[in-house]
Formats: sequence, C-alpha cells, structure tokens
Amino acid sequence: MKRYANLVGLFVAWIVIFGVFSYLAPTSFPTVRNLETIARQTAIVGFAAVGMTYIIIAGGIDLSVGSLVALVTVVVAWLLQAGQTPLVSALGGIAAGTGCGFANGWLTTRLKITPFIVTLGSLTILRGAAKGIAGEKKIDAPLTWLNDLLASLGREQRWMLVPIGVWLVILLAVLAALTLKFTAFGRHVVAVGSNESTARLCGVPVERTRTLVFSIGGFCAGLAGLMQFSRLSVGDPTVAQGLELQVIAAVVIGGGSLTGGEGTILGSLIGAIIMSTISAGGSHRGWPNWVQEIVTGLIIVAAVALNRWRVSRASS
Amino acid sequence: MPFFAAQGICKRFGATVALKDVAFDVEPGEVHALVGENGSGKSTLMRVLCGETAPDAGSMSLDGSTYRPTGPQDAHRHGVALIHQELAVCAHLSVAENVCLGAEPSVRLLLSRGTMAQTARQALAQLGHGDLDVWTEVGRLPVAMRQIVEIARALAADARVVIFDEPTSSLTQSDAERLFAVVAQLRGQGKAIVYISHFLDEIERVADRVSVLRDGEKVGTFARADIGRDRMVTLMVGRAVDEMYPRSERVPGDVLLRVEDLAGASKPTRASLTVRRGEVLGIAGLTASGRTELLRAVFGLDAVRQGRVTVGAYGGPASPARRWRQGIGMLSEDRKGEGLAMNLSISDNVTLANTNRGFWVSPARMRADASTWAERLRVRCQGPDQPVGALSGGNQQKVALGRLLSYGVDLLLLDEPTRGIDVGSKAEIYALVDRLVQEGKAVVIVSGYLPELLGVCDRIAVMHRGELGPPIDARTTAEARLASMVAGE
Repeated sequence: MKRYANLVGLFVAWIVIFGVFSYLAPTSFPTVRNLETIARQTAIVGFAAVGMTYIIIAGGIDLSVGSLVALVTVVVAWLLQAGQTPLVSALGGIAAGTGCGFANGWLTTRLKITPFIVTLGSLTILRGAAKGIAGEKKIDAPLTWLNDLLASLGREQRWMLVPIGVWLVILLAVLAALTLKFTAFGRHVVAVGSNESTARLCGVPVERTRTLVFSIGGFCAGLAGLMQFSRLSVGDPTVAQGLELQVIAAVVIGGGSLTGGEGTILGSLIGAIIMSTISAGGSHRGWPNWVQEIVTGLIIVAAVALNRWRVSRASS
Repeated sequence: MPFFAAQGICKRFGATVALKDVAFDVEPGEVHALVGENGSGKSTLMRVLCGETAPDAGSMSLDGSTYRPTGPQDAHRHGVALIHQELAVCAHLSVAENVCLGAEPSVRLLLSRGTMAQTARQALAQLGHGDLDVWTEVGRLPVAMRQIVEIARALAADARVVIFDEPTSSLTQSDAERLFAVVAQLRGQGKAIVYISHFLDEIERVADRVSVLRDGEKVGTFARADIGRDRMVTLMVGRAVDEMYPRSERVPGDVLLRVEDLAGASKPTRASLTVRRGEVLGIAGLTASGRTELLRAVFGLDAVRQGRVTVGAYGGPASPARRWRQGIGMLSEDRKGEGLAMNLSISDNVTLANTNRGFWVSPARMRADASTWAERLRVRCQGPDQPVGALSGGNQQKVALGRLLSYGVDLLLLDEPTRGIDVGSKAEIYALVDRLVQEGKAVVIVSGYLPELLGVCDRIAVMHRGELGPPIDARTTAEARLASMVAGE
C-alpha cells in the first residue's frame, strides 16, 4: 500500500480542489456537465503526458511537444484539404508525430546530445515547419467526424459518459501503464532513467530503448495534435504555444522526477486533471487569467515539495 | 579534560538504534582511529562529530567549552573539518577557490584574488605542495591531489580537529603512502585527528589509539600497541574469523573463456588468459594498470582494438547482452555509479539482467526471485521493495552479486568485489566464491588487495602498465613477492 501513497495523496488533493470549487460555486461546478468539460479539457495534455511520462522516467525531457502538436494539426488539415479521407488524415498526423519523436530520439542517442538541447532545437524547427507547410496562416479543413472526437456529447450519446477522445486517453494510459510494469521494455525504461550505466552493464539495449521512448512520446503528441485539431477544426501553426510546459508540469505533479527513474502514468493523468480543474474552477469563479496562472504555479511547486517531504520522511 | 570529546552519544533512526551511549575523545597531536563493520555506527558518529547530524542525547566539548554545532559550516567555524570519502571539491573551481570556499577573503564584496591565492599557497605549503598552481581547475587534478586540496581547505580554516573518512578508498598504493606522510605531518603540527578506515593494516600504521564500534556500541578503546589486527577483527565482528578464506579441494574442468593478445582502446595493451570451470583466477595490479579495462573489454563494455576473446566456440564481437546470454556476468567496481541503480528496489536490481530473456516480465516472480536470493545471501533488508540505496555497502554488494546468481551465470567477472564493505560481508563473499567453484562455476577476481587474492584464488596474473603477465600459483606465492610483481619489479 505504501507504494501507492503518492497516488492516493494526489487523488485526495484533486478531491480537495474539486471540493473547494464546489463550495464556492455550488450550483454550477459539481455537475456532470462540468466534469465532462474538465475531462475534455484534460484530454490534449493527457495524451501528451502519457508519452512525456515515459520520456521523463527514462531520464529525458521533450520540449518540442507544443510545436509538434501544432505541426500535427497542420498536417491533418492539409491532408483533409487535399481530399484524403478523415482516417488517412488522422493516421498521417499521428505518423508525422511518431516520426518527429523518432528523430528526437535518434539525434539524442546517435549524436550524444542531451535531450534538453535536441528538443529545444526541434521546438523551433517543428514550429517553423508547421508555419512553412501552412504558408504562415491557418489551413481550413472540411468538417468531418474527426471534429466529434472531443465534442461535447449530445442527448442521444449520453450513455458514453464522455466523448470518444477521453476514452482513448484512458485506453492509452492503461496500455502504457501495463507496458511499463509487465514488459521487459517497461523495466528497461525505468532502469535506463535510474542509472544508465547499470542498465548497460545488465545488457539493456540503452540506445534502442531511448529511441523507442522518444518515438512513443512523438506518437502520443501526435494523438494530442489530433485532439487539438478536433477542437479547432483548422490546422493552426501557432496553436499550443507552451503546451510542453503544461505537460511537463502534469508529469512532475504526478510524481515524475526530472533526474529519471521515477513517475507513474496514473500520477501524470491526475496531475493533468488537477490543472484543468483549477482552470475550469477559475473560469467559473470569474478569476482573471493571471490568478489562475499563479495558482497553477503554486500547485506545481507545492506538489513536488510535498512529494519530497513524504519521500524523505519515509527514508529516515 | 580531553581536548575534543563526546559523551553518552545516542542516536536512533526510526526503529534502528545507530548509536547507544558512545563516548569518544581525541587529543592534539594524536591520531585516534575508529573502526567497525558497515552499520556499526561509525559513519553516524562521524556525522555527529562534524555537525551533520544532531544526536538524540549526549554532549560534546571542544577545548574546554561546550561544542554543539548547528551544521557542518558551524563545525568548520569551530575548527572541526571533515575530509570526505567521496571528495567534496568543486571540479569547475580553481584550487584557490576551493581552498577558500565558504570563507572567501573579500574587500567590500569584491573577492580578493591575491589574498585567496596566498591563503591557498600557505595551506598547500604546509602539506608539501607549495608549488601547485593555485589557479588550476580542480577537475584537472588527479584524485590524490584533489584530496590534498580538501585537506588544505581544512588547514586554511584553521582546523584543530581533522576527521578523515575512508581517505584511501580511492587512492593508489603510492598515493596512500603519501597521504600517511601528510597525516603524520598534521599530527606533528598538533592537530587532533580522527581516522576512519576499513583497512586495518592502515590503522596499524597511522593510529595512536583505536576505538572499535559494533552494533552502535563502543566495544573498547585501545592503545595501538595493545591491539593487533586479528583482535580488531574479532572485536568488530563479535566472533573469531579464523577461516576468512575458505578453500576447498578444486578440480579445474572445461575452458569457459579464452583471451588471446587482447588490446583495448588504450588499455590493456596485451593480455592473454584462460579460465576453466571450478577455478578462481585472480588479476592483481595497480589502480590504473588496466585491470578493470581488461574485464570491461572481455564483457563487451569497452571497445576491443586487437586480439580475440573466445567463449565456448564463439569468438565474434561482444556486447554485454551477448555475454549474459553466454552465461557470463560482471560485477562493477563502481557500485554507486554503475553496479546498482540506487533508487530502484532490490527486486529491480537483482532481476534487471533477467528481463532480457523475454518480452513479458512478472513483478510477482521478480520479487519472489529477489527475496530468495536476498535470503540465501543473507542481505539485511526490509524486503524486496526496499530501494538498494537504503542498504549498507556490504548488503548492496550482496544484491549486486545476487543479480549474477539469479541469472545463473557460469562465469563471474568480479571487479573489486569487497571494496568498501565490512569484514563480516567480506568473509561471506569469500565463502560464496568457494561454494560457486565447487558447483563447477568459474570466477575471475580483480583486486588491489593482495591478501584476499592470495587467500581466495588458485592462480593470479599480474597486470602492469596494460600488460598481463603469466599466471602464478597462488598457494605457493608469498605476499611480498606478489607485491613486488604488482609494482613492476
């Protein structure tokens, strides 16, 4: 049970935050409708956070997520505009994300440059590429079923509880968590992040693991990009600026350590939910944006400080 | 009244009693050694003395007045300095900056580089290194010189009590000799010196008095002349270690590993050896002789420039993954940096190599496997989920060995298997090695500690400046003879 103390603590923290806003706005906040909104708003960060959790556990970081999401919206819109079917366009967007993730991984492992620098570079490169493909403007695309992925549910679809996009995050998270725990690859991710030399000594294919982890990160960012497109219904090369920081914040709130070896998928998702709950609650209370930003920042620092305190108390 | 004294020191961590009513004192111009197994409480006592840990009970006095440091900085101001085992110098700062770190001389907020250099030179001159360029970056100095810089920092702060924590653990034999001279010099200057070490021969050389700790209690304090090495060991372990090095009848079998004219990227330059089932081959040599690089090249961790390594019928290129599959496992000399992932659990560390065997892993089986080996190797732990970083050095080493045993390797390459661990764990590891070769496995041990090589091995080859000599019979070789071979004479 002790192993799950952090997750339980996070869940309790979310309940408390939700409770506080429910107390402040008792008629509008604690409603099914609002829970659905929070879930929908969590989906984009949630998808990317699953991949980022892998990357951070493996001791890396990916700063290019926001740019990649923008690039994916552009690719999807461009394919749709060119007359491709929605499915092909979606797969094309995901493939573009996975490819960029693979490139990040390949560069870090082959050129032996730290992930921070490589992805700092791709942050700019991918943003530039998105703008180039889109010709520095938004790409309009015909409305298709892709736009329903994260749309609020109508009356006859209520039985689904949340839109398909949210179910997809949950499915992805479950698969990712199981892979981390029950496959050799998952254990290798943790080992590489905790101590690369030990991993190498034990015959773990360190470079292959790293590259694969970044590819998974790109795949997840691709899905996040697809959801972003679903919300926007256009390809926007300037969207999702700074999204990478929200994603990293979600992982860190969820117990991920930037020195590697630590983090859980479920924790990261709760981290993402906590952040969108604050932003939803803030809107309900009519807080200006700057208040929300300060509160979110405080939560990030407080969550990490609490986790440190818990760990140091447990070890002494 | 003693110059520097501690009385009735008690310290608990949760349920474990680390120190129970311990008294300790040291006089100016005296070297008082502190010995004990890992977990005996000597590190805790040292941390109490230098202000890193506050005791639960007890008092300390320094030069007639009460001494109650609020932290290491405060202790430093009182003139109590600790020379860390893992040298605590800033690699990117210069020698002068390191010597004056935390007490930088300044004129109205501006650093006074001239005074700094002078302070550093004076302190270094006291140690016989007045000629060192004080503006060299410390990261460029060899380990032994970094230690000198750290000692100079203590002198610059006018330390009256200097605590050495395992000072020779990262030094070569000749650097260690030089350190002993420095310790003698500090003693001559009237410093009170506390000296902590695992190496009992060292203690016999430098100490005036010896205090032995066991299970958090002081067993006794003795004048050096009154206590020999055997008695120290007996007191530390709490039982007589009459059979430190068991060696049963051994029958060499098939050849498991054959190395011919192997050359690595820089070292070794030439090495040949064969290892058979049922035997222990020792590799002796100085720290930088290339003895570690030989193992790494054989295991596929370092590049091979020339030569041939044959395992069974296979003589192709190597990688750690391939060597594991061939039934070879390696124990790293660098337990913290390479051997173990300190944040991960015992279970993860023991079974990490096993994960290469398939796609799926079973956490339940991993834990069961780790528990089995932890029990068989008598690892003192709370369970398979405990992070290895929380264990003592000896227990960590057993976990690292457990990885090879859990995988079931035939050939164990052990690099400094007993470095920095307590006498009791050492004895257990020697017994384990003997048992393994009885079962028909083979062991290669690299070590700088000659008595252990002579005690455990069947044959010993000496590495000197990258070249491996022909093996000699361990049973018929005297320690002095081996020592001169290691030195290249």
